[in-house]
Amino acid sequence: MILDSKTPSGPIGDKWDRRKFENKLVSPANRRKFQVIVVGTGLAGASAAASLGELGYPVKVFGIHESPRRAHSIAAQGGINAAKNYRNDGDSVYRLFYDTIKGGDYRAREANVYRLAQVSVNIIDQCVAQGVPFAREYGGLLDNRSFGGAQVSRTFYARGQTGQQLLLGAYQSMMRQVNAGTVTLHQRREMLDLVVVDGHARGIVCRNLVTGELESHEADAVLLCTGGYGTVFYLSTNAVNSNVTAAWRAHKRGAYFANPCFTQIHPTCIPVSGDHQSKLTLMSESLRNDGRVWVPKSQGDRRPPAQIPDADRDYYLERRYPAFGNLVPRDVASRAAKAVCDEGRGAGDSGLSVYLDFADAIKRNGEDTIKARYGNLFDMYARITDENPYQVPMRIYPAVHYTMGGLWVDYNLQSTVPGLFVLGEANFSDHGANRLGASALMQGLADGYFVAPYTVANYLGGTNLPPVKASHDAFGAAKADAQGRIDKVLQVKGTRTVREFHRAIGAICWDHVGMARTEAGLAGAISQIRTLREEFWLDVIVPGDANNLNPGLDYAGRVADYMEFAEVLALDALERRESCGGHFREESQTPDGEALRKDDEYSYVSAWEFKGVGAPPELHKEPLIFEEVHPTQRSYK
Amino acid sequence: MVVKLKVWRQAGPGQPGKLVDYVADKVHPDMSFLEMLDVVNEGLIRKGDDPIAFDSDCREGICGSCGVVIDGIPHGPDKGATTCQVHMRRFKNGDTITIEPFRARAFPVLKDLVVNRSAFDRIIAAGGYVSMNVGGAPDANSLPIAKAMADQAMDSAQCIGCGACVAACKNAAAHLFTSAKISHLGVLPQGEPERDRRVVRMVEQMDREGFGSCSNEGECEAVCPKKISISNIARMNRDFLRAIV
Ligand SMILES: Cc1cc2nc3c(=O)[nH]c(=O)nc-3n(C[C@H](O)[C@H](O)[C@H](O)COP(=O)(O)OP(=O)(O)OC[C@H]3O[C@@H](n4cnc5c(N)ncnc54)[C@H](O)[C@@H]3O)c2cc1C
Ligand code: FES
Repeated sequence: MILDSKTPSGPIGDKWDRRKFENKLVSPANRRKFQVIVVGTGLAGASAAASLGELGYPVKVFGIHESPRRAHSIAAQGGINAAKNYRNDGDSVYRLFYDTIKGGDYRAREANVYRLAQVSVNIIDQCVAQGVPFAREYGGLLDNRSFGGAQVSRTFYARGQTGQQLLLGAYQSMMRQVNAGTVTLHQRREMLDLVVVDGHARGIVCRNLVTGELESHEADAVLLCTGGYGTVFYLSTNAVNSNVTAAWRAHKRGAYFANPCFTQIHPTCIPVSGDHQSKLTLMSESLRNDGRVWVPKSQGDRRPPAQIPDADRDYYLERRYPAFGNLVPRDVASRAAKAVCDEGRGAGDSGLSVYLDFADAIKRNGEDTIKARYGNLFDMYARITDENPYQVPMRIYPAVHYTMGGLWVDYNLQSTVPGLFVLGEANFSDHGANRLGASALMQGLADGYFVAPYTVANYLGGTNLPPVKASHDAFGAAKADAQGRIDKVLQVKGTRTVREFHRAIGAICWDHVGMARTEAGLAGAISQIRTLREEFWLDVIVPGDANNLNPGLDYAGRVADYMEFAEVLALDALERRESCGGHFREESQTPDGEALRKDDEYSYVSAWEFKGVGAPPELHKEPLIFEEVHPTQRSYK
Repeated sequence: MVVKLKVWRQAGPGQPGKLVDYVADKVHPDMSFLEMLDVVNEGLIRKGDDPIAFDSDCREGICGSCGVVIDGIPHGPDKGATTCQVHMRRFKNGDTITIEPFRARAFPVLKDLVVNRSAFDRIIAAGGYVSMNVGGAPDANSLPIAKAMADQAMDSAQCIGCGACVAACKNAAAHLFTSAKISHLGVLPQGEPERDRRVVRMVEQMDREGFGSCSNEGECEAVCPKKISISNIARMNRDFLRAIV
């Protein structure tokens, strides 16, 4: 199959207008004749459901959470980008577009990214009108900050809870549609399959997580907004119930999976404290504006940090990257931390952490200023580690944070299954090989408020969709599959818990598909994953039964999917024999250890087609064509 | 360290439940409270027993999923923290810890420590929003809002909808939750046009859900992990009176 991105022709600035004009419309009276399903209520799902409901489409919304407001988006801290140029500091739609393409290390589709930058300005207007309490200046206008090393201040924020406030805005708009009767909520429901009839997505099978019942829901279009797959690594900054299940099951029904190896490791997280650890906590990137990162100069220096004089410290980011210093992009900072720890110079009992030191900032600006800037983060750190970061330097280490890869979508956000649209972190579309800080919230809301409402309408208005009932055979077959899988996992009755297996698959991925990847490591990882998958189906123990609330069973299904997914994750990393963004192949680096891209060979999107569990998936390539931005080697020296 | 647990076990909605004793050994002081429960559950699963059901997701105090009553206090001993933010170093070796669900008529127990708080969603659906459609928003800076006002809105908007306020209240009232949303939207100019309609509809829905009445004891504010102020309730009452007269 040739992957057609369906990108409109014409100058980049006109493409989206052109597409909106070419799109079919659905008249207001006809909208109520279509049924739309939205799976997921994070920023992408809630904003899409609200917008489609407002337009008059009947929308059924699904989510694994008790309430839509609990979706993982709620946890985003730092902020959301928009090209408003309220600071008069030289920002523009074009600059945000350029920064995103460059930050993504030239592995994203130009037209999608340009549209994202264009609609970013509308997002802020929309959110303010909803009552999102963004930070303001004394003059009453919105405040901005510079984030993740950007040279302009384009990040809007609501204290350290930007994701929460944006999600509540979208959730409230969606609840208004619930009240209006256009949107109906189906919470504590897990999508277990996509139902495809005559080549079109026509509904889903989901499990009621309270009663255990399997349900069929038919639709004319299905929007998947189910987030990322960071929890394949077991430990990550993601909420613990995040999963790849919905996306993976759709993949097995024909949706290609794109760039799974593009994962983001965030440099500033609280280090692992022991085996019991269930998740890792992010310390906002903004800390690097004032904190200085260092480790001891010599190996095995176990002195407490206060007793290590400046002469014995290595401020390695400032040393290696004099221009950007502590503010280098996430992937660069993460790899540098790993390198010094691998040299045996790491801090803490485990040797797997580096210092983030505020002593100089406190001396320069006073403790009160630092408290005003980062008070809540310092409190959070103290609560978790029992150490006072005003007196002792913080200890941080990189952790899995975000997944740029996801289901392949065209410019219209439609997957390779017609009628299946994919929004937010679940798709691969906008961030290339590395996402810039504060751009995921922007993308989720762009997709949901401003892109999908147009492209879904075009699909509904321009496609002949004969009525399908939930009694159709395809639903019965999908239900039987889902039931079979549940029965099978309950029947194993082995000796190892799901968590043990999750930890094991996570360790394989972290060691070999983490910050540094090699040919031999990846090949070995693939065979380890296969073995572990076999062991899972022979030896897992899952408690209880399938007829009531059983979180252990839900968890087993998600980890079982990771056992399959991890293989394509590693395979994608193996096949991409270049370094770019978050994907670092040790074989492909410059003499001074920086990532080396190979544009001649790898300037494409990898889209994998499922061919059966254990069978090699087929690789399809969507070439990336750069008409606006000329790819150059990133340099932060 | 070793701690003894007394945990509320209940097979399903409307079924009888009771406190059951467990021992958690190999507890590390750096573990979070929920990680301690994870470890207990691992042990139960290996023995073929039914693990203790509880809700959690973000495990950093923002999603509002977690929430149990620890030794009689919703979210436990730490002020301004959720259950998932409590660490075992707060307890001593040999302590006995009682763990129960958030109890309220409007929060039926689904299983063990898991309750159904969807009544909160219905209160929001009744009016907890600004009625505006996507597409119609003016430029975000066209309307300056005093910083103090924006900060006040944010103080109220921080509510995570966990329901600890309801669990702490002897009347199981939802006034703190409801009033926080009313204040958030009510102090902002964007929320002003619907201020009267919003308060009436949300308060009526709160009553319909079976939440109790407020007797001003302040237990809600004391346990709120986001330190939402009880002054929101006074504001809601004033707005309600203004709206109906
Ligand atoms: C700690 C942290 C901080 C972050 N900070 C920032 C930031 O400052 N700025 C920024 O731009 N980005 C940030 N990010 C990234 C950003 O938060 C996410 O990428 C984004 O919120 C994802 O939104 P989403 O709508 O795609 O998915 P999610 O919010 O993950 O929502 C997924 C939804 O799908 C549902 N779901 C999942 N699986 C199933 C299933 N099988 N069946 C049914 N429903 C299902 C869930 O119930 C949920 O409703 C941060 C991420 C983390 C982890
Ligand atoms: S698990 Fe999210 S608040 Fe505790």
